[in-house]
Amino acid sequence: MSAETTAEQPLRRTPLYQLHLDLGAKMVPFAGYEMPVNYRLGVLKEHLHTRTKAGLFDVSHMGQAFLVGADHATTAKALETLMPADLLNLAPGQQRYSQLLNEEGGIIDDLMLTRPASALDHGRLFLVVNASRQEVDYAHLRAHLPAGVNLEPATERALLALQGPTALEVIKALSPAAASLAFMTGADVRLGGIDCHVSRSGYTGEDGFEISVASARAAELALLLLDHDGVEPIGLGARDSLRLEAGLCLYGHDIDETTSPVEAGLAWSIQKRRRGDAGFPGARRILDELANGARRRRVGIRPDGRAPAREGTEILALLGERLGVVTSGGFGPSVNAPIAMGYVPQGRAAAGTPVNLMVRGKALGASVAPLPFVPHRYAR
Amino acid sequence: MPVERYSKDHEWIRVEDGIATVGITDHAQQQLGDIVFVEVPEPGRQAKQGEPVAVVESVKAASDVFAPVSGEVIEANAEIATQPALVNEDAQGKAWFFKLKISNAAELDTLMDEATYLEFVKQSS
Repeated sequence: MSAETTAEQPLRRTPLYQLHLDLGAKMVPFAGYEMPVNYRLGVLKEHLHTRTKAGLFDVSHMGQAFLVGADHATTAKALETLMPADLLNLAPGQQRYSQLLNEEGGIIDDLMLTRPASALDHGRLFLVVNASRQEVDYAHLRAHLPAGVNLEPATERALLALQGPTALEVIKALSPAAASLAFMTGADVRLGGIDCHVSRSGYTGEDGFEISVASARAAELALLLLDHDGVEPIGLGARDSLRLEAGLCLYGHDIDETTSPVEAGLAWSIQKRRRGDAGFPGARRILDELANGARRRRVGIRPDGRAPAREGTEILALLGERLGVVTSGGFGPSVNAPIAMGYVPQGRAAAGTPVNLMVRGKALGASVAPLPFVPHRYAR
Repeated sequence: MPVERYSKDHEWIRVEDGIATVGITDHAQQQLGDIVFVEVPEPGRQAKQGEPVAVVESVKAASDVFAPVSGEVIEANAEIATQPALVNEDAQGKAWFFKLKISNAAELDTLMDEATYLEFVKQSS
């Protein structure tokens, strides 16, 4: 083997790379990017700050793309053959969470879709996909989209997330229009003179906004937001603990090509119309699971003691039978206790079911817990 | 005069009258970040040099704490088990992990003195 063939791809940088360094970030490799895992506050304080004030996240590593067809119905119908959400009935400006599915009903990726509010964007859908799955997703879309519906990756765009209970007042000061957005809707607005696409959504369980902006203006926008009292930069470490407390899935951990949306507890994202038409990949399995229950279910888990149970920890029944594994686990700063998610058979998925977790060779008591661990505070 | 040494795994060890007090270095706690869980060994445990005997966990990750020399665990610090954040506050003082009755003092020669350790940290960062 030569060094040339084994060398890793050089890490990519987001448009905010220099700003991260200036803000004292500790940078780590993540999904092919050099990303801030935490800033000077540290993971714990950054997490708690986001739950009490507002946190600014750089999520520019995520893939942004447009799907473009002749009109909304054409584009929506094309994408509906690949995912179980009702896209046809998306209103202008409406956003939806869904999953690209394989023929077995396993999840290729989970993603956010927005039908642009502007009439000028007729026939377009805006997609935000996971950084780690971007290439797989784009190849899958290109291979399966009919002629006349095209994928147009939005390169040269950054994505920022402003999350937390005071995010609203920060956005309000910059754009009353953005502040009036309902949960899971988006619009084109100007923030401090910068053209942005803003949606009322996020990955923390808190109220908040995700802001797509041209790469060239991203640092300027970030500084504008950070200039507000109570806004702190927040790294990927706290992003992970926040989404775990909120019971949200991380692709490649809590969901993958073997898990179905029903197993993962995402049946809420499959609208009634699609259950009726069954015109999505893996529909047979998924409709059967909706009717009769899935073999296994994603559940929350609360260890009895203080020891965190990390990803990969085996979940056992009290008599020793292996039930499944922890898919995300750690310490929840707002819960002030260890928390985890994992898969167990349907019959063991009821909240309160006692289980054991094998941590460093020892069986530690735990119980199945309802998700989320921290109540969602979305602006409904 | 106690002798102080450091391991490549970022433990410190202070030796007085054949008894070693062991903890993790200030550099190690900084690298780990907010510490939320500590597991210390049971007294009476025989530990070999380099064996994992304690655990320290931050929000993100779990790390082993190794015995820098062989010996019998004679005491563990219960305070850090109930107050893990103490490791961030005073890693090389109050937040010691355990005490060992050294079984092979020659192993101390495999460890670094403070100046060498600080240089080691600088080189590896």
